[in-house]
Amino acid sequence: MIKILKSGLYTSIQDMGRMHFLNYGVPISGVMDSYSASLSNVMVGNAKTCAVMEVTLQGPEMEFMSATRIAITGADLSPTLNYTPVEMNTSISIQQGDLIGFGERKTGARSYLAIAGGFQTALVFGSRSYFEGITPNATIKKGDLLPFNSSFGTGVSFFDVKKQDHPTIFNQQTLEVQAGPEFDWLSNEQQQKLLSNTYSLDLNNRMAYQLQPLFPNSLKSIISSAVLPGTVQLTPSGKIIVLMRDGQTTGGYPRIAQLTEQSINQLSQKLHHEKAHFRLV
Amino acid sequence: MKKHELTYKPFGNAAILIEWPSEMHDSILKDLLSFYNTIQRNKIAAIVETIQSINSLTIIYDPQLIHFEEMKQWLIALYKKETTENTPVAYYVWKIPVCYDTRFGVDLAEISDKTMISIPKVIELHTKTAYRIYSIGFLPGFLYLGGLDSRLHIDRKPSPRLEVPKGAVGIGGMQTGIYPRTSPGGWQILGNTPISFFDTSTSIPCFAKAGDKIQFTPISYQEYVHMQTQVANEEYFIEKEVFYD
Repeated sequence: MIKILKSGLYTSIQDMGRMHFLNYGVPISGVMDSYSASLSNVMVGNAKTCAVMEVTLQGPEMEFMSATRIAITGADLSPTLNYTPVEMNTSISIQQGDLIGFGERKTGARSYLAIAGGFQTALVFGSRSYFEGITPNATIKKGDLLPFNSSFGTGVSFFDVKKQDHPTIFNQQTLEVQAGPEFDWLSNEQQQKLLSNTYSLDLNNRMAYQLQPLFPNSLKSIISSAVLPGTVQLTPSGKIIVLMRDGQTTGGYPRIAQLTEQSINQLSQKLHHEKAHFRLV
Repeated sequence: MKKHELTYKPFGNAAILIEWPSEMHDSILKDLLSFYNTIQRNKIAAIVETIQSINSLTIIYDPQLIHFEEMKQWLIALYKKETTENTPVAYYVWKIPVCYDTRFGVDLAEISDKTMISIPKVIELHTKTAYRIYSIGFLPGFLYLGGLDSRLHIDRKPSPRLEVPKGAVGIGGMQTGIYPRTSPGGWQILGNTPISFFDTSTSIPCFAKAGDKIQFTPISYQEYVHMQTQVANEEYFIEKEVFYD
């Protein structure tokens, strides 16, 4: 078990998501940055799909009730082991009673903590990804006890796994997109403008990122149809909305573009007011 | 059954969007559901999931196992091969109790004013139709229903409420529907149902499916309170009838 001493700003358990209940209106959910989450899993010898802890901007504090192995990847939120700075992107040996905490944010928005064998919180509809109304909790709270399998991660000699962060995740402004199903509804000038504008990130959460400035248009609505993580919607009032992992399953706004998986990961690591632009691939 | 001219478009690099004509229509839904079932029966390993919407299917596939063009050709051949016999399709009509008491129907007066139809007549119009379920989406357990009487088409509220209670039954534009969970919302609220449309404790989280119909039946406040207890104790069984299209 891990005992949560402080919850942090928005901490949750996520895996690769819930793929098979979309026809009941259940969002996919799952880790926002699948690259960093996979990396953390690999570093403790897990399958890439194991459930990890997703930490947002301000990290939690936790106590380990038994020995294990962890790895922290993604955003640099100054992780500490027993109040001493600890290295990221490597496998860390944890003893019973050890404390992991976080400090100042240095890069990115979301950090991932993988544990040997993966977190064993409730499996609901084939996934452990927290989502309000689906899993028992929507976020991790102070006092929560998070189960993991303590038979993994000890007594195994691990290589000193170290790897650079993916160079494009934290400093690239370019988001690669494919034309969305309604991209053709935009005029040539609008298409060019969409791809040449620089956007600033406005309101954002696990469901969606809104972009500024507004993109005036007179596109009509569509009959509600599927939307996916990474779908870029354009509203009649000109809002550009990029749906993310917790996005709803259907929508009625034209789908003008679709982010690649890598671009969803990149966007997940950006902050309010940071800049981005689209490049058609 | 009528065959349609379908369009196949890439939706990112791991999904394909199949579209029927842009209408909310029973004949389109029937063809679409039939194709959905054919895809499920013939499912290839590369297909991750198929999302069924009002006039489209979206197939999420594994791009390491299949490419868009192969996926498209496979689907075109499958659609062509599908039997065109007009076989009757069974569906349920679910009787959903709704309390139209003003304690729940907080917008009944406004709906009556805007439509110039008396409140009892609004309730009568709302309960006389069995509404077709076109799709489940947006929120867990939200049903897209078709067939609302045009006299009841009214705009959403100019600014949405921060909290509409679970079970609220409302009208938004040309649609009527049920809020499956407490959420923000801009629909005009007529009443509330004690029935739950989403249950995480079963492997089939919603009792209704696309193609079925929903018939609202008016109940008193006392009946509502009683049924709410029955639902909580899992003693309430939703009345249903089988029909064929």
